[in-house]
Amino acid sequence: MTNDAPAILAEDLQQRFKSVTALDGLSLSVPTGSVFGLLGPNGAGKTTFVRIVATLLRPSSGRVSVLGHDVLREPLAVRRRIGLAGQFAAVDEELTGRENLEMVGRLYRLPAREARARAREVLERFELSDAADRRVSTYSGGMRRRLDLGASLAGRPPILLLDEPTTGLDPRSRQELWEIVEQLRRDGTTVLLTTQYLEEADRLAQQIALVDHGRIAAQGTTDELKAMIGAQILVVRVADRSLTLAVAQALRVLSGGEHPLADEAAGEVRVAVAAPSAAIAAVRILDELGVEPSGMELQQPSLDDVFLTLTGHRAEDQPATEERA
Amino acid sequence: MSSSTVERERISVAEALADSGVMARRQLRKVLRRPTYVIFAFVQPVMFLLLFRYVFGGAIKTGAINYVNYLLPGIVVQTAVFGSLVTGLGLTEDLKAGVVDRLRSLPMARSAVLIGRTTADLLMNSMTLIVMVGVGVLVGFRPSQSVGSELLAFLLVLAFAYVFSWISAFVGLSVKDPETAQSAGFIWVFPLTFASSAFVPTASMPGVVRAFANVNPMTLAVNATRSLSVGHGQALHPALGMLAWLAGLLLVFVPLAVRAFRRT
Repeated sequence: MTNDAPAILAEDLQQRFKSVTALDGLSLSVPTGSVFGLLGPNGAGKTTFVRIVATLLRPSSGRVSVLGHDVLREPLAVRRRIGLAGQFAAVDEELTGRENLEMVGRLYRLPAREARARAREVLERFELSDAADRRVSTYSGGMRRRLDLGASLAGRPPILLLDEPTTGLDPRSRQELWEIVEQLRRDGTTVLLTTQYLEEADRLAQQIALVDHGRIAAQGTTDELKAMIGAQILVVRVADRSLTLAVAQALRVLSGGEHPLADEAAGEVRVAVAAPSAAIAAVRILDELGVEPSGMELQQPSLDDVFLTLTGHRAEDQPATEERA
Repeated sequence: MSSSTVERERISVAEALADSGVMARRQLRKVLRRPTYVIFAFVQPVMFLLLFRYVFGGAIKTGAINYVNYLLPGIVVQTAVFGSLVTGLGLTEDLKAGVVDRLRSLPMARSAVLIGRTTADLLMNSMTLIVMVGVGVLVGFRPSQSVGSELLAFLLVLAFAYVFSWISAFVGLSVKDPETAQSAGFIWVFPLTFASSAFVPTASMPGVVRAFANVNPMTLAVNATRSLSVGHGQALHPALGMLAWLAGLLLVFVPLAVRAFRRT
């Protein structure tokens, strides 16, 4: 319990809903002043974790604290320090943008004048000033999501919990939201961000934790994770599908020993490689084997590749329900 | 804010009231800007009033008292109960939109969500009731008691509506989905309002229904209101019966609603 407590500290969290285990011994430490990305497929336990940190859900066992305050013993102290923006825009349609923000500010117990000033500031910053006095029902999807994010900041909390903030947004709105998150980090806000998109975690987060079946499968900076999985994925296709496995075996050296993914039905091999130059080595290996590729390309690793490499299975939606419990 | 010394974990009554005020203001703004709600709140009850006054009323025998004077206290109480259904409906909408999650993550008094909501609905309900009485007078309703007695009748109806808001809140928070809340609401409200003395004298009903109607809190509320507003029948006995009902219902449903809210 010191002043330099981590923004969020979770120790051996378990969460069981009837027959489903949503969190299975999750431990995590989020440092202050950075964006921390929680990356995983649907059902991995991301939303459950966010709901526990936000004091919306009591964990079955384990401990979580926010800036040194235990979520179960000091929920109010935790709520004073967090802002939550979820997968929906939780704003009131019939109210204006300004009214929504002022209301949340008041509920953070800001004096009326300060709540008004803060609302103005947030509207300006999120480029909603022109729409400030219009009802939210006239806003576009992107504007609503920006307002929702703004509402989570209306009480100036030092920690922001963003649960899949760009799900369902068009590419332009997603881009705008990313810029806002980057700006928040520069201002010193700690952000816990959950996402299903590697690209998003890569772009925004300094630290990424991979969530798999309710626990952390791997954690590190984006560079560290990329070094673990290879910076890129080399895809090799062969016309003679019976050679797929042999090719996969031969290309194994390129990934530093990790097993490439061989899809015999498609005649396709996917290898995580450290650098594009691996493609040249691949050509030599294929040449030695006497195999002629029908196609070769370098791809950015997908969430699927990351999962496959680090957990040994694909990042399919996992059975644990992420519905509110 | 960064120090981790143990902070106040209690919210004072004054703070809880301030939060309730913020929530009530939010609700009133929302409601008054929603045309469909205004129609639900004002037009529908007035249509009911006109329907019973001019279509069914002629066939209903109420003895010494003329039907419009018999009807108005009944339809006012019925409107108040219907009006309280919006409490549960609104809460399910907030649940669905994620608003309840946002509110529960704020350092506000959690009770303020329910207190603010039921208070706002009470204010809306009282506006509806004033309109109803006004329209009633236009179609021939003549209150005949002292101003104090009329006011007391009005307050009894509001108290009745407020308690039913909490029942409605509990139902809404338990079923969690607006469509279900709407049908669930009508399932318990319809028998309650129609198997009562609101529209017809209970003496005209067959035995079992009459037995139910006579202990129905709705009947007690209507009889007390009728006595206090147009001097028909006794006031004290049904009023006490109704207040006993309300106290019992509050004791059961406030804790149930609060618990359902905590668990959502």
